[in-house]
Amino acid sequence: MSNDNLQHTVATNDRLEVTDSPRLKVEKNKTIGETLKKNLFDGWKNTFLTIVTALFSIFVIYQVINFVLSNSWDVVYVHLRLLMIGQYPLEEIWRIWFALYYASFMIGATWGLWEGAGKAVGLTFGSVFLAFAVIPWTTLNTSLNLAACIVLITAGYLIGHKVKKIKLAVLILWALYIPLTLGLIMGFGGLIDPVLSRNWGGWLLTVILASVSIVGCFPLGILLALGRRSSLPVVKYFCIGYIELVRGMPLIMVLFIGQLLIPLFLGGSTGIDNVTRAMIAYTFFAAAYLAEDVRGGLQSIPTGQFEAAQALGLNKIKTTFFIILPQALKAVIPAMVGLFITILKDTSLVAIIGLADFLGTARRISNNPDYLGRYLELYIFVAAFYFIFCYLMAYVSRYLERSLARGNS
Amino acid sequence: MFKYTKYLVSAAALLTLTACATRDDDAAGADGDNGTADSGETLASVIDRGELNAGVNDQLPGFGYVDSDGNYAGFDIDFARAIAAGVLGDAEAVNFRPLSAQERFTAVQTGEVDVLLRNTTWTASRDTEVGLDFAPVTFYDGQGMMVLEDLGITTLEEMGGLTIGVETGTTTELNLADQMEALGVEYETQTYDDRDALIAAYEAGSVDAWTTDRSGLVSAFAVLDNPDDHIILEETLSKEPLAPAVLHGDDQWNDVVTWIVFALIQAEEFGITQDNVDDFMDSEDPDIRRLLGVDEDLGGFLGLESDFAYQAISQVGNYGEIYDRHLGPDTQFDLPRGMNSLYEDGGLQYSMPFR
Repeated sequence: MSNDNLQHTVATNDRLEVTDSPRLKVEKNKTIGETLKKNLFDGWKNTFLTIVTALFSIFVIYQVINFVLSNSWDVVYVHLRLLMIGQYPLEEIWRIWFALYYASFMIGATWGLWEGAGKAVGLTFGSVFLAFAVIPWTTLNTSLNLAACIVLITAGYLIGHKVKKIKLAVLILWALYIPLTLGLIMGFGGLIDPVLSRNWGGWLLTVILASVSIVGCFPLGILLALGRRSSLPVVKYFCIGYIELVRGMPLIMVLFIGQLLIPLFLGGSTGIDNVTRAMIAYTFFAAAYLAEDVRGGLQSIPTGQFEAAQALGLNKIKTTFFIILPQALKAVIPAMVGLFITILKDTSLVAIIGLADFLGTARRISNNPDYLGRYLELYIFVAAFYFIFCYLMAYVSRYLERSLARGNS
Repeated sequence: MFKYTKYLVSAAALLTLTACATRDDDAAGADGDNGTADSGETLASVIDRGELNAGVNDQLPGFGYVDSDGNYAGFDIDFARAIAAGVLGDAEAVNFRPLSAQERFTAVQTGEVDVLLRNTTWTASRDTEVGLDFAPVTFYDGQGMMVLEDLGITTLEEMGGLTIGVETGTTTELNLADQMEALGVEYETQTYDDRDALIAAYEAGSVDAWTTDRSGLVSAFAVLDNPDDHIILEETLSKEPLAPAVLHGDDQWNDVVTWIVFALIQAEEFGITQDNVDDFMDSEDPDIRRLLGVDEDLGGFLGLESDFAYQAISQVGNYGEIYDRHLGPDTQFDLPRGMNSLYEDGGLQYSMPFR
């Protein structure tokens, strides 16, 4: 394939401008055959390249299909429950389904209300649910629950599409999502029996660790970034010291400190379980990095913004929270999402402190005597799953950037 | 006036921080002597909790792993269940805490686990410096050697001129060198970064033999294409006695773990199994009556119920049953008992008398 059909795109703020160089004009009234000929079989060099590339693509696709069909994926589907929720007790599994129902409906409603990124998230979740629901080895019960999730996405979409007044309610429900579902999954205050964190595992543990760390590190990181620019020396040097100290340590070390030193200092029977200790370690680690990202954003705000805010009579707190931070955070969305994706993947390091996250569960399964050495299929499944969700995060962040940037022009 | 505000705020912040730090110190002080336990403390807290905290391996085939239903299973796991059965009367009352090799000792020192059953070798430094106490050895492991059966080799002396594969960063290479030097055998080594690469090289014929702990060798059988073509030599190159470990200082708890392990071995010596243990309850043999707590209250001396051995045997099985269930002929490992046979069969498993 030639480079000729690549269009040079230049993004300026909100719009995508397509600049056609003279060499690659594709007239719209041409037939498909003519377009193909012009782009793919334009002279012997291009024809040669096209044929070679096509043959190579066919070879790769054939190999992939061959691999997928010839390997016994039973090691994945037999352990689908372990991979997804670990040792979470079966009789309490309705809590997970409730969290999924909740998420499905909210994603649907968001999609209906705002379109945009919600559409991508809704379609991705819908596709993943559908894929798991239709593969033959899923139990009927699971299939029905997944189907219900798909129905809820659709219902949410339709409601959001028709009733635009519920925007605030949806935002509030989103804000409550993590505390509510986490509380349900853990069990709270005598109302619902606790499910101890040692039973969490697989993708569930990965998502819980990542989301708690991301949500926790956000305010902490912003405070540290503001503190680093503070004029109070103790606050300032505490923040600098903290950020530089944490950034100067490998994550594994921070995890070990959380895992080994917290119980040594506080005594073993303090009741802080090892999942919580990992959460604390990740949150504090990510906060230091987030603080530096946010500081970059703060520094990019021109002095004129501070002066204008002062001229309007805003005090320091109001200036920071209504003028400076919104602009600064918007400027560093790509960096922050990069950090969040890193956190999601870094949670797999908990394997070294004896927790079985998504990847750790795959390792556990490949050590089951009945499935010894069957790690290839497991790892491919794990990699695909990570990729889908990391890519989704990146996609949503790009969308967010574009839609927020509209305010600038 | 305003000039000083920032210093005042700073000082207040500093005070708050110091206060936090001081409170932490108090907490640590109150908990006191980390690293040792007082006698009787552990047993009381296990009974109070109604659950045994056992530190285990979740990634060692045959010894400690998670089965397809998400339950822990394996040789070490069954000993944890036996201890729970003996202490609490319920083999299911175990909280399994998977531990990595790095954090296992800290987990014992901080009291996070009551007993460590994670293929841990009993060594002098661990018994003293690390601050552990060991119960009787449950599995005598040792470094072994796997070769192709076709080579016709049965002893280490016959291995002259062969290429032997080892894992880097382990003590196996050193043990191999020591043993071979003592035997005066010339050989070559090739080192590999991980187990899977080493096995692949062995299968491809790049090395003639490879060595690691025997329990590791047997688990490799499942990965080999033609497991029947390979044998493990009878000889061992190093001593790796794997034993349950508890925190140093709580003698009573150490006694409890010790005598539950002995009870399982004693049961095999008497031929008492999970299935027939009830028939032995009206046995005439005074030794058996004492073990099962029919006449005397040996359990009472340990702080347990008098039927602690009965509970452990009836719920989990005797030593041989546990061995066969996870490593024996009916499993894919088919690991010969060897040193783990009873003493009367020429092995090292020997229970102190129940009197």
